[in-house]
Amino acid sequence: MNASLLAGLVGAALVGLGLYGLIAHPHPLRKLLAFNLVGSGVFLVFGVVARRGAAAGYAFDPVPQAMVITGIVVAFAASALAVALILRLAVASGGVSLDPQGPAGRDAGEME
Amino acid sequence: MTATPATTPGGFLLVLAVLLPAGGVLLSFVLGGRAAGKIALGLTPVGFGLACLVAMKVAAAGAPIAYAIGGLPPPLGIALRADGVSAVMMVAAAIIVAASAFYARAKFVMPEGAPESRGALTFWIMIQAIWAALNLIFVGGDLFNLYVALELLTFAAVPLVCIDGRPETLRAALRYLLFALFGSVSYLLGVALLYGLYGALDISLLAQRVEAAPMVWTAAALMTAGLLAKTALFPLHLWLPPAHANAPAAASAVLSGLVVKGSFFLALRLWFYVLPGLPTAAPSVVLGALGALAVLFGSVLALRQARLKLLVAYSTVAQIGYLFFVFPLAAGAHVWSPLGWSGGLMQVLAHAFAKAAMFLAAGLVAEALGHDRIAGFTGAARALPLTFLTLGLGGLSLMGLPPSGGFEAKWLMLRASAASGQWLWSLPILGGGLLAGGYVYRILAPALADGEVEIKARPQRSREAVALGLAVLALALAFAPRGFFDFLEIGRPSVSRSAP
Repeated sequence: MNASLLAGLVGAALVGLGLYGLIAHPHPLRKLLAFNLVGSGVFLVFGVVARRGAAAGYAFDPVPQAMVITGIVVAFAASALAVALILRLAVASGGVSLDPQGPAGRDAGEME
Repeated sequence: MTATPATTPGGFLLVLAVLLPAGGVLLSFVLGGRAAGKIALGLTPVGFGLACLVAMKVAAAGAPIAYAIGGLPPPLGIALRADGVSAVMMVAAAIIVAASAFYARAKFVMPEGAPESRGALTFWIMIQAIWAALNLIFVGGDLFNLYVALELLTFAAVPLVCIDGRPETLRAALRYLLFALFGSVSYLLGVALLYGLYGALDISLLAQRVEAAPMVWTAAALMTAGLLAKTALFPLHLWLPPAHANAPAAASAVLSGLVVKGSFFLALRLWFYVLPGLPTAAPSVVLGALGALAVLFGSVLALRQARLKLLVAYSTVAQIGYLFFVFPLAAGAHVWSPLGWSGGLMQVLAHAFAKAAMFLAAGLVAEALGHDRIAGFTGAARALPLTFLTLGLGGLSLMGLPPSGGFEAKWLMLRASAASGQWLWSLPILGGGLLAGGYVYRILAPALADGEVEIKARPQRSREAVALGLAVLALALAFAPRGFFDFLEIGRPSVSRSAP
């Protein structure tokens, strides 16, 4: 087993674990962590693509590495936005349940 | 798409179209809430003019216009390209953003002397950011660049949902964000696989290189699944109704009319521009079937809603289903494909205008009555005639009655389904129209009945006129000339391939 194959398999495993967590865990913070796990798996796949020199035949391809850096920035921004929303929700409702029928979710009849 | 030169005359317009609202975002952020409203409102006519200029350039050239950023052609550089569909979508986005911004003045423009509010600053910045991201999606020629545009769109759309900070809006925004994050990471994994296979991400380069390999199908499936989550196609629609119903009306109009179309547009790019050479009949049927289920479930759930905004939001779930009939009806280079393509794009436009009009009108109803419970509408049409006329005209297009863009879309799709022998698709197309008739009747019947309603605040005429104007545009699409449909074909791969 060479390094690329191992990294690819680990990436696939991370994506699988993360997807399971994203679907199975009800708590939004756990869902967010699971999303970051999926993201790490995808970035690892990008690393494998870079190592294999993509289809262009280079020994190391810098383009996927540049894409990973962009991807990390985007994932970081997404996590920050999600954490901010979770904190606001905790302050506003005293809990972080996503259930629309949750403790403070019954007042949806009136608006504005 | 044949090899277009790296930069065509007028290509810089595409850069301007993206930079204009993006510059507005930065300027608004620096100058603060009071200036942000003026900047956003001032930029809308300029952006509309730019979009029209792009459309004129594309029409004059009869071919896509392109710009290679930094003078580097793909695969090393990133290209922006506008074909007929991009130009039409840019014009539609500019109109709806302008209408929503004008409508939002009453709520979000802060008079001199009053303290600035965070909600207003958020609204003006995010609506410009949505506009910039949409323009980038419409002209983006590189799959990774499009990923970044898609993320920008999500990050700008989510804060609009929870602008007033009530717990249920925060909950809706968080659900929206989590669905969207799943969508983006799935799309990104597909992009990584495609790059690993072919060493290119430019749409026209990939179109020349792709072959029907298992890895390509895996990448396409991952990217499509991600885009479906962001477009809210059944069964990934769960986030949409609470998110769109809880946002302020001006934001709902943009979210429902435009934002979900952004990720749908990318799905079109993927299947019709990257993979046109592949046998896509089977996956197209799956997408169409999901669309049929969305029409059915969305319409039935819309029939059962007690609140107007939720009803309109569930109707979006159903109307998104119609969009996906374009995949079975327009795939390949058959004689009927242009019919299906025109029908699908007409549905995108008709729904964008009709739904934006209906959300704006629903906002006016809620402000005037102080609630939006349909049961409490008895006699409201007499008090708010223009607003209910807007709801009725928008509903006309959703039902697909002539003369309306919705009718034109469904008529084209029906003709494509008959011509292709796929008559089964005509059942959800026609059935969905009947169900839409049912939920529009539920809004209008109590409103037109005899009764008295208490009007808390009479809506401004100008805001009623904006909503009505969008509904009239949705009807006016029915009179689109033949040249309009030829324009939509500019730059579409299967057409340029079969051309001599």
